This record gives sequence, structure tokens and C-alpha cells, in this order.
Amino acid sequence: MNIALLIILAFLLLSIFLGIRSSKGKDMDLEQWTVGGRGFGAIFVFLLMAGEIYTTFSFLGGSGWAYGKGAPALYVLIYITLSYVLSYWLLPEIWRYAKENKLMSQSDFFVSKYKSPSLGILAALVGVVSMIPVIVVQLKGLGIIVSEASYGAISMSEAVWMGAISLTIYVMISGIHGSVWTAVIKDIMMVAIIGFLGIYLPIHYFGGFQPMFEAVDAAKPGFLKFPDQGLSVSWFISTVILLVFGFYMWPQVFSAVYSARSGKVFRKNAIISPLYTLMLLFVFFVGFTAILKVPGLVGADADLSLLRLSIETFDPWFIGIIGGAGLLTALVPGSMLLMSVATLLAKNVYKEFAPDVSDRHIVRLAKFLVPIIALIAVYFTLNGGETMSALILMGYSLITQLFPSLLFSLKRNNPINKFGAIAGIITGLAIVICITLSQSTIGTLFPSLPQAAKDLNVGIIALAVNFIVMITVSIAFRKHAVQLEPKSVNDI
Amino acid sequence: MKIIYILTLVPFIGILGFLPFVNKIEPYVLGMPFNMFWMAMWVVLTSAILGIMYKLDPRNREGDQE
Repeated sequence: MNIALLIILAFLLLSIFLGIRSSKGKDMDLEQWTVGGRGFGAIFVFLLMAGEIYTTFSFLGGSGWAYGKGAPALYVLIYITLSYVLSYWLLPEIWRYAKENKLMSQSDFFVSKYKSPSLGILAALVGVVSMIPVIVVQLKGLGIIVSEASYGAISMSEAVWMGAISLTIYVMISGIHGSVWTAVIKDIMMVAIIGFLGIYLPIHYFGGFQPMFEAVDAAKPGFLKFPDQGLSVSWFISTVILLVFGFYMWPQVFSAVYSARSGKVFRKNAIISPLYTLMLLFVFFVGFTAILKVPGLVGADADLSLLRLSIETFDPWFIGIIGGAGLLTALVPGSMLLMSVATLLAKNVYKEFAPDVSDRHIVRLAKFLVPIIALIAVYFTLNGGETMSALILMGYSLITQLFPSLLFSLKRNNPINKFGAIAGIITGLAIVICITLSQSTIGTLFPSLPQAAKDLNVGIIALAVNFIVMITVSIAFRKHAVQLEPKSVNDI
Repeated sequence: MKIIYILTLVPFIGILGFLPFVNKIEPYVLGMPFNMFWMAMWVVLTSAILGIMYKLDPRNREGDQE
């Protein structure tokens, strides 16, 4: 075992240790921990959300796309930024309704708004299906870090298994909630490492940012611009809009909203949060530097670029530090995701069918589900060749299907009823799954359209059909729908 | 209230709406290709716009209660 792996192992043990410590004395379930008594102020909510939003994807996947695709990688920076603009309006509304009705989870929100337990179960299942690709990304990240830091001694698939086992142990030992402090350490380390690499590497190899970009432009003309077709400007715009709609639909992010002290917290955080995303620029700088220094990584291997370049540049001990930071960016969100999926299945699906079981039983079931979900994720990690970015986009196409019915539910006189919501979500999901399995694009489905329309993100179709079905079915079943929401007391 | 709604749209127009016109490499600004700089600039501007919205929004003047 080399020094790099030893340091990474030390990080793993430290995070498990922090997890054990933080779980002592408190026996809360996930929702209670996340909701946190609805007393969190701006800083804490910011950290909680950043912990869930910036994963190993930002670390390895962002540089991977800059390396493999060039300018289109900028979508990562933009969708997060524009999501904060949406958050200014959306989150205070969600928070207030959740507080007034003492909601705990995202499922509860749908159940309460549409008076439909079935819709709650459906929303939970959508969450589960959407989060699996994101868990796969974390496992891929762990696999990449461990296998690269072993300098070839450990194969990628062995490393994925080790990553999955570590993640499972971490979740099981640190109890049903992770450690907030691990999340804070993770963010500090990630920012420090990314900032350092993004500034140091271009200067070290090219003498500055502009010479680096000029060299890339000379070697690969057009790579720094959006291409005329494929990942073009219209792809970028449609993808960003899709991702903005999906951004707050993730069950674990949604319920983190509930933890705030007031709606004002979100409006305040919306101001500062975009600046935090600027960190991603430095991730891109690393990816662009890697193009000329570690060429030849194709397809999903592009995700290796940050670590390959670091290995070329630094001593093994520093690779250990980078790997350790990377490990945290996979472990912290990975554990939250794994717990969320397990809890959704146990509490929002299983319990709906067996309402008499005790909470203890539900917690035990959730714990039991953790290794099973990890196994499923390992299966997909080892059998899929997608880049991290492709996986994230797939997860988003799925979770975004919740957005139309959620948005309408915030209206005072919601014209949508539960029949429409359920039909819309199911149709949207079916389309995303068909499109993903057949690998269609709008171009292959409608070859006669102009190029700009062909490049639109195919997830937009699913969302549009979802929307149309939702409205049509709502109108058709108007008579069946019970009187919906008694309007909330203090609307604006 | 009206101005706030318009301000909400500004970052979307500035980033997504202007993209076809700023999709070029030259001139480099702060060492970045122009399209990348444009987006980075808008991230900062978005933050500023949200700050202005916050100041204009009467809901934020009352205490933590709402």
C-alpha cells in the first residue's frame, strides 16, 4: 500500500470516527435530523444544501466534461446559478406550506397538497429511481479515486466494490444521520483543493490561464466554443432550463428546505450562493489543462482527467490529500443519498402499505435496505459506461417530472387534481425511460426539424408531454376530484 | 413588486438569451475565453441582482416572521 492510499484511508477512518461521535446520544431518524426542528439560520441551511448539491460530480465530472466536451461543460456553472434565482420565489413558498402543515418529507408535501397518498408513494418512487444514477456517480467517483491513487495496483472494479463497502459501512455506523461536521470539512477541503489545482496547474504548465486556453484552442479549434450542432447553444439553453426545474425536486434537498427558521433564510442565501458556484470555474481550468497534458482519455475515462493530471504533477502524498478530499465529496452526499433512498422506501412506500408498523421497525428496515441499494448501485456502476455527466443528466430528466405538479400546487386555486398529477408524472417517466433505453435524441425522432430544434435536450419532450397530460386529465376528471386545498391562510 | 419580477428574468435573458451572440473565444477577458468570461460575469451579476431584489422586496423588511 502506498502513501497516497494510506492518506485516503486515514480520511475514511476520520469521517467514520466523526460519524460515530455525532450519532452518540441522539437517536433521531433522518427526517428529524434534516428538518432539525425548523430552527436553522442562513449559514446552516447554506451548508446543508451545499453539502448535497456539490458532490464528487463537481470534482471529477465537471473537469471530465471540460476535458471531453469543452465549452458545453459550462452548463454546470449556469444551472446551479439560475436555480438560485428560482429558489428566491420557490423555497419560501414550500417552506411555509411545510411549516403550516408540519410536513416532514417531500412525499408528505404531495400527499397534503393533492390529498392523495398514492401520489405521495409515486413521488417517493420517482425520487428513488432518480437518485440511483446519482449514487452510481458517487461510487464511480470513489472507484476512480481509489484505483488512480493506487497507481494501477487496484483495478477500477475492485475499487468500486471497496468504495461501495466503505460507503455502506459509513452509513451503517454513523447511524441514520451523517455528521454535519464531515460535511463542513468536505466543503472546506473541496474549495481549497479545487482552488489550488485550478490556479496552480495552468500556471505551472502554461504560464497562465490565457496561454493555456490559447494552446487548447490551437490544438483543438472550436473546442472552446459551443458547436453548431450536438451540444450547441440550443442544447445548452434547454438543458439548463430542465436542470433548473429539477434542482429543488430532489427529495433530500426538498426536505432540507424544511429545516429553515424562516422563508427569509432562502432569499438571503440566494444572494450569496451564486458566488459559491464560481469555484466550478477552477474545476474547468483543471479539465482544460489536462487536455494537452494527459491526452487520450476517451468516453467515460474523461472523468479521470483531474486525477491523472495531478498524478503527473504531484508527489504521492499530495495525491493522497486530493484523493482524501475527493473521497469526502463522494462519501458525504453518497451517504445522504443512500439514506434518503432507504428512508423513502421504508417510510414513504412500505409504511403506506403497512400503516400499523412501529417507527422502530421502519428504521430497522431502512438500515437493512442500505446494503441492498448499494449493491444495486454497484451493479449499474460496473455495467454502465456512461460519463458522470450523462448519469447526472439522466437523474435530472427523471426527477424533473415532479416539477409541473409541484409548481401548480403552489397556486391558490390549483386547477390540477391528483388524477392529472399522477397521469402526468407517469407519462413523463415512461417517456424518459423509453428515450434513455433507445438512446433517442430529438434529431433521431424528428429528423426533419431544423438543427436548433434537433439539439434540444430530449428531457424537454418528456416534461412537455407530462405537462399536457397533467392538464388534460385534470380537466377530464374534474368532476371526480374532491374539493382540493382549502386555501392557505396568509397568501401574499 | 413589479420590478422584482422583471429582475428575476434578467439573469435568464443575460445568460441564456445572449448566448448565441457571445459564443466566441476572442477577446480573452481575465484569461478566459469570452463565452466563459460572459458566464462568470453573469454569475456575479446574478448575485448582485438577487441582492437588489432582496432590498426591494417588502417581505424582507419585517422580522423573521412571515
